[in-house]
Amino acid sequence: MTPSPPPEHCAAPALQTRNLAVGYRTRRARSAVLERMNLTARAGELVCLLGANGSGKSTLLKTLVRLQPALEGRIELAGAALTTLTHMELARRVGVLLTERVLIDSLPAVRVVELGRYAHSGWWGRMTGADRQAVQWAIESVGATQFANRDFSRLSDGERQRVMIARALAQEPSLLVLDEPSAFLDVTARAEVWALLRHLATERHLAIVVSTHDLELALRMASVVWVIMPDRNIAVGTPEDIVAAGVVDAAFATRDIRFHAVEPTFRFTSMGGERERTGQP
Amino acid sequence: MSSRREVTALAGLVVVLAAVFLASLILGSTSVPPRHVLDALSGVTEDTDPATIVVRTIRLPRALTAMLAGAALGIAGLQMQTLFRNPLADPFVLGISAGASLGVALVVLGSGFGATAGFVGALGVRGDAAITAAAIAGALAVLGLVVVISARIGNPATVLILGLMFGYAVSALVTVLVASSQPERLQQWAQWGFGSFSGVTWQRLRLFAPLTIVGLLMAALTTTQLNALLLGDNYARSMGLAVRPARLMTMAGASLLGAVVTAFCGPIAFLGIAVPHMCRALTGASDHRVLVPAVVLMGGIAALAAQMLALLPGPTGVLPLNAVMALLGAPVVVIVLLRTRRGIVTA
Repeated sequence: MTPSPPPEHCAAPALQTRNLAVGYRTRRARSAVLERMNLTARAGELVCLLGANGSGKSTLLKTLVRLQPALEGRIELAGAALTTLTHMELARRVGVLLTERVLIDSLPAVRVVELGRYAHSGWWGRMTGADRQAVQWAIESVGATQFANRDFSRLSDGERQRVMIARALAQEPSLLVLDEPSAFLDVTARAEVWALLRHLATERHLAIVVSTHDLELALRMASVVWVIMPDRNIAVGTPEDIVAAGVVDAAFATRDIRFHAVEPTFRFTSMGGERERTGQP
Repeated sequence: MSSRREVTALAGLVVVLAAVFLASLILGSTSVPPRHVLDALSGVTEDTDPATIVVRTIRLPRALTAMLAGAALGIAGLQMQTLFRNPLADPFVLGISAGASLGVALVVLGSGFGATAGFVGALGVRGDAAITAAAIAGALAVLGLVVVISARIGNPATVLILGLMFGYAVSALVTVLVASSQPERLQQWAQWGFGSFSGVTWQRLRLFAPLTIVGLLMAALTTTQLNALLLGDNYARSMGLAVRPARLMTMAGASLLGAVVTAFCGPIAFLGIAVPHMCRALTGASDHRVLVPAVVLMGGIAALAAQMLALLPGPTGVLPLNAVMALLGAPVVVIVLLRTRRGIVTA
């Protein structure tokens, strides 16, 4: 059961921002981290948000899913202004994966996924046949069937991340927003998460916005890349265009590391010649 | 919805609670044979029969009070552990009981009742209502402060210690108040601080029972919300929960339960922390749909058991209830601390 958006949603992109500014507001001052953003994510697109630590990736993502208020501008989900949606409506449109660690002592993974049905099953949390089906579908989609009945706290980091993604999918959203889903994962789990996201975008026609430090994997998997530049502008384009334009090099290069447009991987420029860097940035 | 283990555990708790409840009617300074207890309950025996009087007017209200108070404190502890995402939170630790005590003391001292009367319970039904209202107000005030502080300070361990310090300070304040205004009542105040289920008569149960049941129902009606909060506020919000109302309602419920029990039975420690953990260990569940009924049953069992242990010295006197609670509850808390893989210091 693929969530098929109603026809009126097809016209407008799944996510669109107009002149968006994000940041923090204190009693006296307003400090914008990123400003004047006009970003778009469409169904079927895997959008990767790249940027150095502290560049505002999490702030942007949290604002997109209304976990913090926008300083200025407008966010639209399939044409509807984010601010007009109720909690429940929002949860039925957007699934979220955060960086905060989830610590639950004893709850089977399937129960964690069922929590995602709150926006559908409501106050009493009574699971109908449709709810169960959605949970089943979500678990299968992330390949968590084998460990669905195991205790969430006893799963590996990668398995836990997949269960948390299944929980977001159980909301049957048209947009998934994930903040560094592959951080803390080992190489295999990391690749699996990326393959899963790619699959969800192309096969399930979800719009997916994901922030990451996995530069190389992101450039390989993404349909669109948003790069937060050192000057706090956002460069948008396909991975090829972005690399060709030298954006990645401009955003991430330091004195010792340069980004190779041809390969596309990092190379160390000093420290004893050309040693290729294959690990994490 | 529930695993076999959860169902078995709940069924077992029902049986044990029934057994402990009966035992608490049978045992005491003079033991009444089980047959006689059942007869007294069903009204077969004469109203003037001494054993019947003991069972009906002393033991039955006391047992009902213990059961309700245990359930109430257990549920309040469970709610606060989920709310603060802190395994050691409960009404006593976070100063809710102390806040309630302050309210109680202000009303009792303000009433200027004679030194011959018991500390609480001497003011009649209207006094009970006033005391309870004051206790709830005091509890809410302290909880509000703890919430504001915990919103600024993310670290749960710091919040716990602040709550403890708060509790100490408020208790000390109350002691100073009592000692300076009516020193002859200091003894009664200290006595009240030991906690007791014996002071609640049938008449007082008429206020105590509905209030606790309302609090318990509030918890029973919000299990789905509590479950969503297990993942933390941000996740709960992203899944469609209106977090602030849910938190407020849970806090109101926990304050009501903690305050009502404090008003009628004194500040009772450890039950609130220990009972939810005993239930998690028994049922193997963090799911509130299982935990809430389990905690109600287990809370009743623990309170009745502690009440019976307090009576063990026999006719010569009773042990302070809080001493028994500490002896039973402290080991549970220690085990929880040792078993908690992450420790309470990390958020």
